[in-house]
Amino acid sequence: MAERNLRVMVAKPGLDGHDRGARVLARSFRDAGYEVIYTGCHQTPEQIVEAALQEDVDLIGLSCLSGAHKHLFPRVVRLLEERDAGDIPVIGGGIIPDKDISYLYEQGIREVFTPGTHLQTILDWIENNVASREAL
Amino acid sequence: MYFSKELLDSCSSLRKKWEDEVRRVVEKHGERDKRFTTVSDHPIKRTYDPLDIQDTDFQNDMGYPGVYPYTRGIHSTGYRGRLWTYRMFSGMGTARDTNQRWQMLLEQGQTGLSTAFDFPTLMGYDTDDPHAAGECGRCGVAVDTLEDFRILLKDIPLDQVTTSMTINPPASVTWAMYCACAQEQGVPLEKIGGTIQNDMLKEFIAQKTFMLPPEPSIKLISDTVEFGAKHVPKWNTISISGYHIREAGSTAVQELAFTLRDGMAYVEDVMERKGMHPDEFAPRLSFFFNSHIDFFEEIAKMRAARRIWAKVMRERYGAEDPRSWWLRFHTQTAGCSLTAQQPYNNVVRTATEALAAVLGGTQSLHTNSLDEVYCLPTDHSVQIALRTQQIIGEETGVDNTVDPLGGSYFVEKLTNEMEEAAWEYMEKIDEMGGMLAAIDRGYPQMEIADASFTYQQQIESGEKTLVGVNKYVTEETEECPLLDIDEEVERSQLERLEQVRKNREERSVKKSLEELRSACRKGDNVMPHCIEAVRNLATEQEICDVYREVYGEYRDPGLF
Amino acid sequence: MSTAESIRAGDIRLASRLIRNLEDKNPRARELVKELFPYTGKARVLGLTGAPGAGKSTITDYLISSYRATGQQVGVLAVDPTSPFSGGAILGDRVRMQKHAQDRGVFIRSLATRGALGGLAAAVDDAVHVLDAMGMDCIILETVGTGQSEVDVMNNAHSVILTLTPGLGDEVQTLKAGIMEIADLFLINKADQKGASKLYQELMRMLNMAQEHHAGWRPPVLLLQNIAHPEEFARQVEEVRNKIDEHYQVLLDKDILGQRERRKARLQLGNSLRASLLDPVVRQLEQSGEMDRLVRQIVDKTSDPHTLADELRDRFLR
Repeated sequence: MAERNLRVMVAKPGLDGHDRGARVLARSFRDAGYEVIYTGCHQTPEQIVEAALQEDVDLIGLSCLSGAHKHLFPRVVRLLEERDAGDIPVIGGGIIPDKDISYLYEQGIREVFTPGTHLQTILDWIENNVASREAL
Repeated sequence: MYFSKELLDSCSSLRKKWEDEVRRVVEKHGERDKRFTTVSDHPIKRTYDPLDIQDTDFQNDMGYPGVYPYTRGIHSTGYRGRLWTYRMFSGMGTARDTNQRWQMLLEQGQTGLSTAFDFPTLMGYDTDDPHAAGECGRCGVAVDTLEDFRILLKDIPLDQVTTSMTINPPASVTWAMYCACAQEQGVPLEKIGGTIQNDMLKEFIAQKTFMLPPEPSIKLISDTVEFGAKHVPKWNTISISGYHIREAGSTAVQELAFTLRDGMAYVEDVMERKGMHPDEFAPRLSFFFNSHIDFFEEIAKMRAARRIWAKVMRERYGAEDPRSWWLRFHTQTAGCSLTAQQPYNNVVRTATEALAAVLGGTQSLHTNSLDEVYCLPTDHSVQIALRTQQIIGEETGVDNTVDPLGGSYFVEKLTNEMEEAAWEYMEKIDEMGGMLAAIDRGYPQMEIADASFTYQQQIESGEKTLVGVNKYVTEETEECPLLDIDEEVERSQLERLEQVRKNREERSVKKSLEELRSACRKGDNVMPHCIEAVRNLATEQEICDVYREVYGEYRDPGLF
Repeated sequence: MSTAESIRAGDIRLASRLIRNLEDKNPRARELVKELFPYTGKARVLGLTGAPGAGKSTITDYLISSYRATGQQVGVLAVDPTSPFSGGAILGDRVRMQKHAQDRGVFIRSLATRGALGGLAAAVDDAVHVLDAMGMDCIILETVGTGQSEVDVMNNAHSVILTLTPGLGDEVQTLKAGIMEIADLFLINKADQKGASKLYQELMRMLNMAQEHHAGWRPPVLLLQNIAHPEEFARQVEEVRNKIDEHYQVLLDKDILGQRERRKARLQLGNSLRASLLDPVVRQLEQSGEMDRLVRQIVDKTSDPHTLADELRDRFLR
């Protein structure tokens, strides 16, 4: 069987435009051999979920620095579930205080990365936790 | 050339001798690194001497403070006349919360106000728009209508304090609200002072808070510049910002070059579109730089900025009023240099950066609070940050003399190098057909993305040190108390907005929006219509929707 | 419902998964395409090519709106380059089309070239079949636009649209690269920028010199400008769509369409034949470790690629 490239979405929900982290991450994912679907800034959870379905991604990485992560991240998870795609893991990053992290876990966010996290830590997490989708 | 030939000759031979000695030492003991570079990866030599600045002309390149080309400062007395303005950026929750924080800051000796708005306000959405869900009051104060501004500015003497408003796409709207409030307080527009950021080019380049495409965005900016020049003469109608370019990961030189080239684009547009002479508006242009952690590089950047701008305004645009040549700027210490790990270290970083800004000759300064890497700062951490400025300004004595680093071989050389490298970028952009064309091509965006990626890799590899992140890491976490924005904020803001919508007179709202729309279509100045619309309690988004309808919306081009 | 039926009924996630399996050269995916193939042939396929920065994605974005306004369903296959170093890719074209994300009548799928050189991805042939079988009325192929001769698009699309812009410096090169002959429609985007009229003149001169196109169709040159005024830009793209329709009519009238379809079928059969003969052989050689041995023989000069290939052919095609 030929190799199966991971397809990973890097999405920026919310109204902030601080995309430095998201862009560095997208490049690092590319350099790790993933096919990265980048959505650009200012995406609603609805847009992110529809794009994820159309692109058949193995992982959605959300980046938000506006402080609205408590609203936006869980909403992405809910919408995926509604579209029968709750199996796509969602991870999040941004300026997220410790006390919000446990809430996000409860809401189905699989992992949360805060500023200063090494890129390698994120890549390791993906290698250990995300599998490419099964063939039809 | 301001060194005698004898001195330079002797210098050459002394340097040769010294270098031989150094070679011996290095062979034996080595140095800590193979390459010594600034945080922007700019190479730094082992030492500097008169030979490095032999081509620097004292009169034309350095001169005296307050004298063209203002390398050493725009005021002849520097901070001996007046200290920089302690201007702490703040804004949170509802207008009432922010008003209270402002009153506290004024009581503590702050001399200027600075407003942070929440994201819906910054993007031209009302609190009840679906885009705004979860964002209200989080990163600043929420403003929907003039009613919010009335509360925001309650008991603030608008003829005495100056207010800076960090807002871009909807700047015309919030400024209109401020003007309307002043008039309600009985303060005439000629008396109010302050700044609106109103710099869209850096949004397309770096911060990505955009609403309209570049061309109409510039049109609205020129409208505000024209209106300010004619009716609100003490207002800085643009704060041309490098801060966000740097925060997006640029180098110091990129920050310098792109910011000044942005400034030139605004000057050109006002001259062409409005037919104004630079001296009619350039004195009200102000700048906003980042002060990052690399001490001397920042100082050199600020000195080079003044020199370039003076030359550009005089030689390229023919400005004659010295005030048009002055580059006046606000500085904020680098948010991106702060770390979530060991947050108390941030106090030291901020102090160092603040000192660089002062030695670079800033007109006003915001010092970041140690917890700003997480959230809006608490009262206590804001106080430490403000005290940092006060200690530098009133204890250390660094402001006893003007431009204390002037004449340093290293600082003068680095200033020259910053200027040369910036010109290279600016000429490249000129070749592309100007800043709009360069942005359209994604040129500055890509340059910054590359620089930011390089830096990140240097941190990952340990080539550059970040204390507490990739070196001197500790396991235990230091907790600092965090400010929480109550969910209640959104509810009460929604309630007020609903009240305003219910009680206002719909007919006059419609009529004023219609007049604004037709002004947009005809290319008239929007400002008078904007003020009329906000007076009639049109919401921020209603006005912005008129802009969107006429000018279209801009979307992230997602270049890599 | 079978998988093929679900895809035909518009299951976007399954369709996208199938496209991925095709990209991964999964044998089962071919079986599914066989099931879908009888339901293809209704979609009109447009190819959009041009250098990076020429505005292909933005024009695609507006074309989608234009087709949607007529009630048609639109599929987009947007191709971006794979990094030769890591094998990864950043697929960023859809950023400019995200306003259609929630429109269920639009299906946008990004693909990486994965080493294909002709401006598209190897799986595009079949991905077009998938979108066609799903009932997309119009399928837009957006090529990489690396400036190399992107001729693959000609074999997949009914109408090929080449976008040029002034100021990118490579316009004339692009024209000389032979891409001229494949375009049915030329767009000069950002025509309000410096250098546009020079580009227009150059293009017209080359068109005048070129030999007659199919059935007297002379490729029109359209100007797009004033992106700052979306309504105006949309009107211009509307005009582009009209020209595309005109071109399609010519294809129908003159039975050029038939010729193109036959050419496409011939190429696809060739590709598929190569794949079905070759892929299993290569897979077996890789899995058994024989490939490494053969490679060594070539490097050691104890044999040569042609001799080995002939031997393998004789062994496997017995």
